[in-house]
This record gives sequence, C-alpha cells and structure tokens, in this order.
Amino acid sequence: MTTMREQAMATAVDLFERDERVAIVMADISLDYLRPAVEHDPRRAVNAGIMEQSAVGIAAGFALEGFHPIVHTLAPFLTERPLEQIKLDFGYQGLGGTFISAGAAYDYGESGGTHHAGGDIQALGSIPGLEVLVPGSASETDALLLASYANGRPTYLRTSVVENREPVEPAPGGLTLVRRGGDVTVVAAGPFLSRTLDALDGVDATVLYATTLVPLDVVTLAREAAAAARFVLVEPAYEGTSAAQIAAALSHRPTQLLSIGVPRRFIERYGTNAEHDAALGLDVRGIRERILGFLKGV
Amino acid sequence: MDLIARSRGDEKHDASSYSTLEVIDVLYDVMRFDPERPDWEGRDRFILSKGHGPLAFYAVLVKHGFFPALELDRFLTWDGILGGHPDRNRVPGVESSTGSLGHGLPMAVGVAYALRARGANEQRVFVLTGDAELNEGSNWEAILHAGSVALPNLTLIVVDNRSSTVTMGDIAGKLAAFGWDAVTVDGRDRDALRAAYERRAAGPTAVVAVVE
Repeated sequence: MTTMREQAMATAVDLFERDERVAIVMADISLDYLRPAVEHDPRRAVNAGIMEQSAVGIAAGFALEGFHPIVHTLAPFLTERPLEQIKLDFGYQGLGGTFISAGAAYDYGESGGTHHAGGDIQALGSIPGLEVLVPGSASETDALLLASYANGRPTYLRTSVVENREPVEPAPGGLTLVRRGGDVTVVAAGPFLSRTLDALDGVDATVLYATTLVPLDVVTLAREAAAAARFVLVEPAYEGTSAAQIAAALSHRPTQLLSIGVPRRFIERYGTNAEHDAALGLDVRGIRERILGFLKGV
Repeated sequence: MDLIARSRGDEKHDASSYSTLEVIDVLYDVMRFDPERPDWEGRDRFILSKGHGPLAFYAVLVKHGFFPALELDRFLTWDGILGGHPDRNRVPGVESSTGSLGHGLPMAVGVAYALRARGANEQRVFVLTGDAELNEGSNWEAILHAGSVALPNLTLIVVDNRSSTVTMGDIAGKLAAFGWDAVTVDGRDRDALRAAYERRAAGPTAVVAVVE
C-alpha cells in the first residue's frame, strides 16, 4: 500500500518533472523519495541540509523568482522551528509555496514528544491566507497536491501514517457530505473519518468530511448542518484547533459544540499508534463514549 | 545625505541609515537595473536583509528614479509607501520585505538558485546584513549551505558598524572558514567598495564593509 508520505513525494516528483516552475527544497528528510527530482534537474531540487529555517528561506527565494516551491520535512521541524519564515517570507510577502510534512500529531509514537506536532495546524493557521490540507488517504494526498501546488498562497499539506479505510473523493477547499442525519452534525477531519464513522454506529448524525481545515468550508457547513443544535468536531490535532471557525460559521444559530482532538499535554509514553489512540481517548471507543455522553447531556 | 534628511521620525535608526549610505550607493553604481521596469528579468537583485534604518536604501532608489523624492517626505505616514522596514509589495525596487533579522540571506540563496535554474547566469544577487544581524543563527545556516555549493552569483555584504553586543571578531575570516571568498574594506571608501563588489569567485563572495 502506498502511504500518504510516499504518494506526496511521488506526486511532487511528477509535478517537478512536468512543470519547470516547480522547485523542491529538502531538509535531509525523504532524500531517497526525492532523488529522481535531483537527477532530473539538480538546479531546482535542493537539499538545504538540516537547517529548516534556511530551507524555508531558500524556498521563498525561489518563490520570489516565480517558482512554485515545495518544502518537505517532518511536521514539528517544518511547522514550528521555521514558523516565522513561513509567516513572513511567504505569508507577509504574498508568496505561494507548499509545505509537506510527514509525521502528524503523535504518528511517531515511539519517538517521543520531540517528534510530535499536535499544534502544527494551530500554529500555521495563525498565518493569514495560509491553507491547511489534511488528507485521509494516499489518493486524496495526490489530488490535493495537484490542486494546490500552484495556488499562489502558502499551503500546508499534512500527511499521516494513519489513513481511513477507504479514500473519499476530496473536495479541495470544501467539505464532503458523507451521510445525513438529524440528531447531531459531525465534522471529521482527514485520517480520523473512519474511526469517527465507527464511533457513530447507531447515531442519527450528519457527517461532513474535511480535507481542508484552514479555511474551513463554512458555507457548506452552514448549509448541510442538521437542524439539531449539537455539533461535534473530530480532528487529528490539538483539541479545539478548528472550533473557532465552526463557531463563527454557526453564529447565526444556537449551537453546542463538542471538540474532540489530541489532548493539550505532552505525551510522555512511547508506543504504537493504537496504544496512543486508546490512552488519549481517540480510538473508536473513546470517541464514541465522548459523543454519546455529549448527546445525553452528560 | 540631503535625501535622507528629508525623512524624519525614525531617528533611533539613524546609525543604520547612515552606516549603509556609501555601501548601497556604490552598489547601485555596479548593479544592473531599470527603474522604468523594476521587474526587468535582466536586473541584478538586492535584498536589504537588515531592514531597519532603510533611509539610505530609499534615498538611493529615489536617486535612480524608482519613485519620486516626494515619498521621502511621507516616510512612516499613513498615506506613504515607505515604512520603517521596506515592503516589496509597496515600494518599487524593493525585492523583499524585510525587518525580522536573519531572513534575507537564506532568501538570497534561494534567489541565486532560482536564477541559476532559469539559466540567468549573468544576474547577481546581493544581500546586505549587519554585524549584529549575524548573531542570528539562520544566517549561519545559509552561510554554511551557500559555502558548500557553487553559487558564484551570490554576494553577501556585511556592514560592520560594530553594533553587535556579541563580539563578532574577524567576520571575513569566519566567512572564509565556511567556504566564502571574503574581503574586508573601508565602508566609506567608494573605490574599495566598487572593487570588492566587482570581484568574482568560483563560489559565493562576501564584502565586509567596516564603518566606524
């Protein structure tokens, strides 16, 4: 099975070979995946080395000259260390570029907190005009990257080792209506869709699937939401990351919102994704318990 | 000097404005550009990485006709285009919006790569930092990177006005240790500056302009 990361790298190489305006800037990660680009044209496929601030700065230099740069490394090192470079070199200057991360949230559960990034979307989402894409499968990763790489704005594409059972036809920039129900409206993001659907077994819920978390498709949300006041947000990032956008979209109607996401604390144990899911209340059982409790008013 | 004096309100950065005057003025005697076409592809690029105290830069742009001197009178005002740090989206001739230190040099490395990738091998990229700005670690990332690859179209100018609170020592020697072809000149000596800018090497070059 092709992982999201493998697909993102393959699509990036494909774009690089087809579009001379694409530049790839690496930071010593995924070099084997991206070697075909270097072999194709080493003048615009650059490994900066282990220097993420400069990798983003170098990418901005390419963007200043009209290129569509793609920068890639692991999530915390791409989104937190060079946050100011993404904010100023790209956001403030009005430049477009794609930032592709690997290792979302606690994906690298055996590596410890230095390699976790539950706050990546919140951090980058603070940059005006930046777009955050959270695919749930390899095919969605491909489609979203193809649709966004030349969009002229800074764009964060977050790949994960966790995938949904079945891919969904992505609606770049939009929400996809998965099913309709009357008791609650659930927004499930990226790779958390499958477990959310499982957790909703027997619940009469409208489910909307998001692969674009910033900006959230508030038009579709307002249009498709069930009449009931209760809303649930399930996202693979710090709890409440997208809550403000949902609240703003629903400001015209009474709303109760339950935000389910990664607890805002450092994770101190090592283990598999399944072990972390269970400990964090983000497996099917944990999500279901919280949703049912919410619906019962507990 | 007269042009700089027209703009008031940023006196705290006077030292930066005046320390870069000859350095930038002479650079624009060496660079290729067309004020009628600020985006002309054949131009050399200049990034003022230490974006504070930009008045000398603004004055040189006025001198060469990028925008009228009237704008200097509107420096830092609501209706003006000239802020305390230069904005590429508002000021003709400004390649990059700078102000937060340590950003310009990595971007200049990227511009140098981009020009090379486009086959624009004649165009040069100049980036100006200060001795204090070189405290920022991102600069040394970029210095390490650029010194390890062949980017002969890249020139770093360091205006050393001894403003760093951290002892910087022999800046040219440090740059040379990172693989740059670096020289130190008197930052007020126009002939020395010109000669230093016109030097080329197999890799990136650096000009440390000392301004007491």
